[in-house]
Amino acid sequence: MNPLLFGLFAFLMLAFGVSVVVNRNPVASALSLVVSFLCLAALYVGLDAYLIASVQVVVYAGAVMVLFLFIIMLLDLKAEERRKFNKLAVGGGALVSLAFAAQVIGVLGKFPKGNQPFPTLKLPPDETLNDIQKVGESMFSQHTLPLQIVGVLILVATIGVIVISKRELK
Amino acid sequence: MDFITSIPWALIAWSVAKAVFVIFLVVLPMVSYTVYAERRVSAAIQDRVGPNRTGFPTTLLGFKKDMQIILGGLGQPIADAVKFILKEDFTPGGVKKFYFWLAPCLAMLPLVSLAFVPFGSSLFGEKMVIADINVSVLGVFAVTGVGVYAIVLAGWASNSKYPFLGGIRSTSQMIAYELSMGMSIIPVLMAQGTMQMSHIVQNQADNGWTLLPLWGHGLSLQSWLLLIPFGISFIIFAISVFAETNRLPFDMPESESELVSGYHTEYSSMKFALFFLGEYTAMIVGSSLIVVFFLGGWHMPGIPDGDGNGGLAILRELPHWILGLVNITCFFGKVAALLVCFIWVRWTLPRFRFDQVMKLGWLYLFEIALANIILTAAIIAFTSK
Repeated sequence: MNPLLFGLFAFLMLAFGVSVVVNRNPVASALSLVVSFLCLAALYVGLDAYLIASVQVVVYAGAVMVLFLFIIMLLDLKAEERRKFNKLAVGGGALVSLAFAAQVIGVLGKFPKGNQPFPTLKLPPDETLNDIQKVGESMFSQHTLPLQIVGVLILVATIGVIVISKRELK
Repeated sequence: MDFITSIPWALIAWSVAKAVFVIFLVVLPMVSYTVYAERRVSAAIQDRVGPNRTGFPTTLLGFKKDMQIILGGLGQPIADAVKFILKEDFTPGGVKKFYFWLAPCLAMLPLVSLAFVPFGSSLFGEKMVIADINVSVLGVFAVTGVGVYAIVLAGWASNSKYPFLGGIRSTSQMIAYELSMGMSIIPVLMAQGTMQMSHIVQNQADNGWTLLPLWGHGLSLQSWLLLIPFGISFIIFAISVFAETNRLPFDMPESESELVSGYHTEYSSMKFALFFLGEYTAMIVGSSLIVVFFLGGWHMPGIPDGDGNGGLAILRELPHWILGLVNITCFFGKVAALLVCFIWVRWTLPRFRFDQVMKLGWLYLFEIALANIILTAAIIAFTSK
């Protein structure tokens, strides 16, 4: 991937990620998250991973965030915008995250593999690069059981939602 | 400066050239003439005349009369555009300004999904598709999914009752029908074995259109049996395209008698025009998808592709660029025919009630599409050796 494009999209993604946290308006936060997801998809495209990029946009930007936005607008959260920053909490949060970052950097520096430059990845030639077929084959041959379990989990969640919402109606 | 020299400038130049060709020379004129066709066809259906006076403004160049070609009124789109630009662009007080401006910009997003659609075979040896990626079907659905934001934001940012209701209705409708749209196309993808649209069209050119398997491998028991699920797919997909583009009989988001005009009630001038153009662009995208998946894309029986393969032997003698242009014309001709059907339906059917729309989407189309996938899988499993 071109370093220029990588830098651009990585910067945008992080900037909009920060904007999700900093914005007091929930709709602005949700939209920043959408832009952040789109930049992540752009990074995937830079790695020639079109399938995962499309799935990222379809599932997260196109479905999950639309539902988020939908709920936020229906609830019309005004209280969130009026609330002021709690200075103590902001300071504490910053302290904790800085300490965590320092720890991660410290550990990575001592870890022998962390000091090695990452080997350059080689893509297979174009004919064999059919990521959708590869994903499908491994999903339905090697990882069939986890797939089935995830399916059952989602079914359980769906039924749970129906049960809970029916009870509220009475 | 390694990373500047590593940029594939030739590829970028070709893609930009193709994008400019498709967007400015084909799709945008097509959008404005669809609006004109809508007015003429609706007039014909209602036994009126419709806009038949405006000619091309040759009087500006010093001629005595405006130029009329064949039908009168072909200059109407130009007059419409000028009217929209010159109107007062009024921003009501109390709107959320940034999002109010953002929404009409996002409304033109459907144009992006045309990048994945193969609109011709090849011209001067260059494939006539802008982004020929291996998951282009998913790419189109990704762009359509993001397109909902324009309507949601317009409804919310207007900070007014009717636009908000229109936006909410539209979101739930689009989410509902996106599901059945995606599900209905799976049988076709299963039979074609690829998600690359250019390959889907090439397969249809070699082995018969999805709905017309009359040559190549199409003359087998399997493809004739598969016509049943494909027919069901086609019907569900077409209905979903109507719902996704918010056209009658699914124009809940802007049902005039209830919501003034829905999510764009507060918009005027060019901002309104962008929503308007966005709707017609989405129609063109939807028709192109139907053409690509079911009606053979750029292929016409007997006409060779842009590299001089297939078709009648006499026609293969023609210069290849002529064949390439003929293929592009075939594609957009099919799209135009479908657009007329869209208009025809709009001026024929009455509007659904909102709960009926939801019920149709979630309870019928989605379930039928799911059953259809199983049916297709069974047919493929039992008839292939």
